Amino acid sequence: MGRSKRQSTEVNAGSMADIAFLLLIFFLVTTTIASDKGIYVQLPPKKEEQQEIKLKQRNIFNILINSQDKMLVEEEPLELSELKETVKEFITNNGKDPKSSESPQKAVVSLKTDRGTSYEQYILVVDELKQAYNELRAEYLGITLEEFNELDRKTDEGEEMYDRARQAFPYQVSDAEPTDINIAN
Amino acid sequence: MAKFKKKTNTSQDIPTSALPDIIFMLLFFFMVTTVLRETDLLVENKLPNATQLTKLEQKSLVSYIYVGKPKDTDKYGDEPRIQVNDVLIMPKEIPKFVFEEKDKLDEVERDKITMSLKVDRDAKMGIINDVKQQLREANALKVNYSSILSADAL
Repeated sequence: MGRSKRQSTEVNAGSMADIAFLLLIFFLVTTTIASDKGIYVQLPPKKEEQQEIKLKQRNIFNILINSQDKMLVEEEPLELSELKETVKEFITNNGKDPKSSESPQKAVVSLKTDRGTSYEQYILVVDELKQAYNELRAEYLGITLEEFNELDRKTDEGEEMYDRARQAFPYQVSDAEPTDINIAN
Repeated sequence: MAKFKKKTNTSQDIPTSALPDIIFMLLFFFMVTTVLRETDLLVENKLPNATQLTKLEQKSLVSYIYVGKPKDTDKYGDEPRIQVNDVLIMPKEIPKFVFEEKDKLDEVERDKITMSLKVDRDAKMGIINDVKQQLREANALKVNYSSILSADAL
């Protein structure tokens, strides 16, 4: 009697850290920091909705990639490293060369692939084309390519600059209709 | 010689009572940023490298299509196949998938749906062209070829 048992009123929190660590490690392992980046393209609408557009031959820049991943650009074989400059020359011709485009607005790049072309090669080519256009746009705005790519389109200023560049150099790359589908129709 | 004895009243151990709080903070950070994989990949998926990348903005508007060689080659063969959600499908079934995805969105946002194509770098263009034709058929025209920033671009 008299001697009351002294009970601790505190919760034992010593192992709290261990529990938290366990959870932390679980989330560390399962987490995949989302890195959703990619090359953005806009597909043309369905065939029926598409009106036939007649283009002058000089305004079309033909790129063919065969199943061996070799490129044929304007009827001549070309290496991937030379593609960007060739495309830029074509777009910025502004009517000088009678065989090349009339203006950036009229210039169209037609990209045709074979069923056997590898996806990796296709992405490399599309990436080069994007780069060519982006470099021209950046040059037009008087900024570097890096600055152009980081242009914040959520702000009014960024959006306005981007639109201006887009109007000067519209990205007109057409994925030609695959031939086998045309035959099937 | 006078002896100076330093009084050491300071305790030797590091106070660890704040440790759980710190760990919890880290834990919450990872819990918030984590995205649990929704789908089990049935196909191989090594994305290609590229330099001119755009970030996908609104996650809710994005649907994923995976293309690649099946992992289980005994069951599905070794030709690249298309995977949506948890199943392998034929190109003809893509419009159905797109409409299902569109149904999940608000009416005003349906045309803004973006298809993220996660295609293995070893796939061929034949199947990609089939997918693209079907996407046009389904009127899902915004496409993002998912790729990784190549190292030489830095």
